[in-house]
Amino acid sequence: MTEMTYAQAARLGLKEELERDPTVWALGEDLGFEGGMAGQYKDLQAEYGADRIVDTPISEATIMGAAIGAALAGTRPIAELRFSDFAMCAVDELVNQAAKARYMFGGQARVPMVARMPIGIRGGIAAQHSQSPEAWYAHVPGLVVVTPATPSDNRGLLKAAIRCDDPVVYMEHKGLWGSVGEVNENDVEPLTLGKARIVKEGSDLTIVTWAGMVSVVEKAAITLSEEGVSTEVIDLRTLWPWDREAVFSSVIKTGRMMVVHEAVQVGGFGGEISSEVTEHLFDNLKGPVKRMGGARIPIPFSIPLEESYMISQEQVIAKARSFF
Amino acid sequence: MAQDQANEPERVFNMYKKMLLIRAFEEAAGENFHAGNVRGSVHQYIGEEAIAVGICANLRKEDLLTSYHRGHGHSIAKGADPRAMMLELFGRVGGTSGGKGGSMHIADFSVGMLGANGVIADGCTISVGAAQAIKLLKQDKIVVNFIGDGGINRGPFMEALNWAKIYNLPVLFVCENNQIAATTTTKTVTAGEGIAARAESYGIPAITIDGNDLLLVDNTSARIIDEIRSGSGPQLIQAMTYRLRGHFAHDKALYRIPGEAEAALEFEPVRRTESWLITQGISEEELANARDEAEQTISQYVVDAHAAPWPDIADAFTDVQDVGAPQVGVNS
Ligand SMILES: Cc1ncc(C[n+]2csc(CCOP(=O)(O)OP(=O)(O)O)c2C)c(N)n1
Repeated sequence: MTEMTYAQAARLGLKEELERDPTVWALGEDLGFEGGMAGQYKDLQAEYGADRIVDTPISEATIMGAAIGAALAGTRPIAELRFSDFAMCAVDELVNQAAKARYMFGGQARVPMVARMPIGIRGGIAAQHSQSPEAWYAHVPGLVVVTPATPSDNRGLLKAAIRCDDPVVYMEHKGLWGSVGEVNENDVEPLTLGKARIVKEGSDLTIVTWAGMVSVVEKAAITLSEEGVSTEVIDLRTLWPWDREAVFSSVIKTGRMMVVHEAVQVGGFGGEISSEVTEHLFDNLKGPVKRMGGARIPIPFSIPLEESYMISQEQVIAKARSFF
Repeated sequence: MAQDQANEPERVFNMYKKMLLIRAFEEAAGENFHAGNVRGSVHQYIGEEAIAVGICANLRKEDLLTSYHRGHGHSIAKGADPRAMMLELFGRVGGTSGGKGGSMHIADFSVGMLGANGVIADGCTISVGAAQAIKLLKQDKIVVNFIGDGGINRGPFMEALNWAKIYNLPVLFVCENNQIAATTTTKTVTAGEGIAARAESYGIPAITIDGNDLLLVDNTSARIIDEIRSGSGPQLIQAMTYRLRGHFAHDKALYRIPGEAEAALEFEPVRRTESWLITQGISEEELANARDEAEQTISQYVVDAHAAPWPDIADAFTDVQDVGAPQVGVNS
C-alpha cells in the first residue's frame, strides 16, 4: 500500500493506461507545463509526447467535439474540461453527439471517450467554478456518470472509464484533490463501473452518498453509530448506472434511508434514488426517505455564505436523528 | 485523380451517373415525404450534386467524411448504399441505422462516412478530432467536412478552423454556399468578406469555385486533396451553388424572388454536365439511358423500402450503451 493523494492516484491510473494502450491520449487546456489543475497530468507530456498529452486552445466545444471525432476514428481520448462549469460550453457535443452517435447510427459506431469535468466546492471559487451538475448527465441516455470519492477509486474508476466503450462523464471532486489515502499499486485492475462501495456497515439507517460528501457522511456515521444509531454508508461511485442492488439490500436491512449530496437538492439525483426506493421498498420502510442536498442558490463566495451552502457533519447527524 | 484522367469523358460520365443517382434519390425522398411514407424532415440536395460527387471522386474508401443535415448526396458520393439509405428514410429494418436515425443521421462507417448531423457545425469539431486520430495512429487518410454557408456563423466552425491549422491536420473543409440558410439570406447575417476570408484569416488556404461545374470541382479538389495528403495542412473550398428546392421537402420557398429558381435551372449541374458530355461525343440516347437507369434503380429501392419490415420494439432499447444499458419496458 502506498499513500497518495486523490490527484496523484488519478495520475497513476492515467499513466498506467497510457502505457498499456497507445490509442489512449488526453486533450485539454494547460496539461503540459501546468500538468493539470491539481497535477493530475504532471510530467506526462514530457514522457508521452505532445501528441498524446495535447495542449489545446480555449475551445471547449472542440475539446469535446474533437474527442468524439477521435473516438469515432479509433482512439480513446480523455477530454479534460477542468471544471464541470466550463464543460457547459460543450454540453451540445457531449449530449447531442457523444451520447447518441452509437444509437443514431444503428450501432455502427462507438464513442469510447472520457469527458473529465471536476465538480464541487473547493473554497472561494464561487458560482461559476463550484457546481455539481452530475444529475444532468445521469439524465442523458448513452452516458455513464462516475463520481470517485477516494484516491484508490480515482485510480481504479479512471482506468475503467478509459477502457469503457461508452462515453463516460468523469467527475472528480475538486475539494478532494489533496485528500490522502492508501492505494495498492500492485493491483492494476480497473474497478467495475456500477458497483457501489460499502464505506461502513450498519443496521439502523442507510445513507447513500457520493463524491465530496462521502468523507463527511462517513464521519457523521461514526458518531451516529457511537450514539447507538448503527449507520450504513454507501458510496455510489457511479450515478449511471447506480448500484440498485447495493442500495436496495441495505435498505431492506435497515428500513431507513437518507441520500446526501452536495448538488442542489431540487432535481438532484437523490430524488431518483428516493423515488425508486419508495416505490419498490415501501413495505420495508420504517419512515420516509429523506434527502439532503444544497439550497437552490448559486454557490456564494464569502466564507460564511459558502459554508452555509455546504452540508456539515452536524447537519447529517441531526437529520439522521430525526428518524428516531 | 491522376493528371491524365482529368476531364476524361469516361471519368466524367461515371461522376454524372453518381449525380443522377443522387438526383433520383432526392426526388424519390421528396415524393415519399409528400406521400407520407417518409417522416420527419428531408433536406434535398437537388442542384448541389456536383460538389459531393466531384470531391468524393478524389477520396479513397478509407478517407473520412462528416456531413450536415443535407447529407444524402455526401453519403451516396462517398459510397454508402442508397438502398439502405432509402430503407432508413422509411424507418425500416435494413436501413443504414436500422431505422433509428432517419434522414439527418445517415452514416456508413464501412466507407468512412461518419454521419450526417442534425446540429449545424458539429461535424466541424468531429472532423478535426478524427484527423487527430489519423495522426496519432499514423494512418494515410484525410477528413472532409461539409458545411453549409449558414453554419459558418457558429462558434464550432471557427474553433475547428483554428484547431485544424495549429495542429496542421489533414482536413478539407468544404462550404457549400447555396447562399441561403433556411429562409435567411446568409449575406444579411454574415459580417466581413465571408467564408473564404474567415479561413484565410487563420492562415488556411481557401478557394472559391463554381460548385455547379463538375469538372472544376473535380480538378480543384484533386489538386487540393493531393496537397493535403502531402501534408499541406487544412484547406477550404467554398463551392458556390444554388438550392433548387425548399429548405426541406415541405418548404415551398415563398421567401424567394419569383423566377429565381427557374432562372437557376440554366446553371444546374446535371444539365451542364450533360452539355459537356455531348461535346465529347456522348449521345443523347446514352444520357437518357443513364437517367432511366438511375430512376429505375431508386424506384426499386422504394419498392424494397415499402416491403421491408418495421423494426421490433425491442430494437429501441439496443445500442444505447454497454454499461447501464436499458432493458425493454424498464424506465428506471
Ligand atoms: C445548431 C443548430 N441551429 C439551428 C438549426 C436549425 N437549422 C437547420 S438547417 C438550418 C439552415 C442551415 O443553413 P446552411 O448551413 O446554409 O445549410 P443549407 O440548409 O442551406 O444546406 C437551420 C437554421 C440546427 N439544425 N442546428
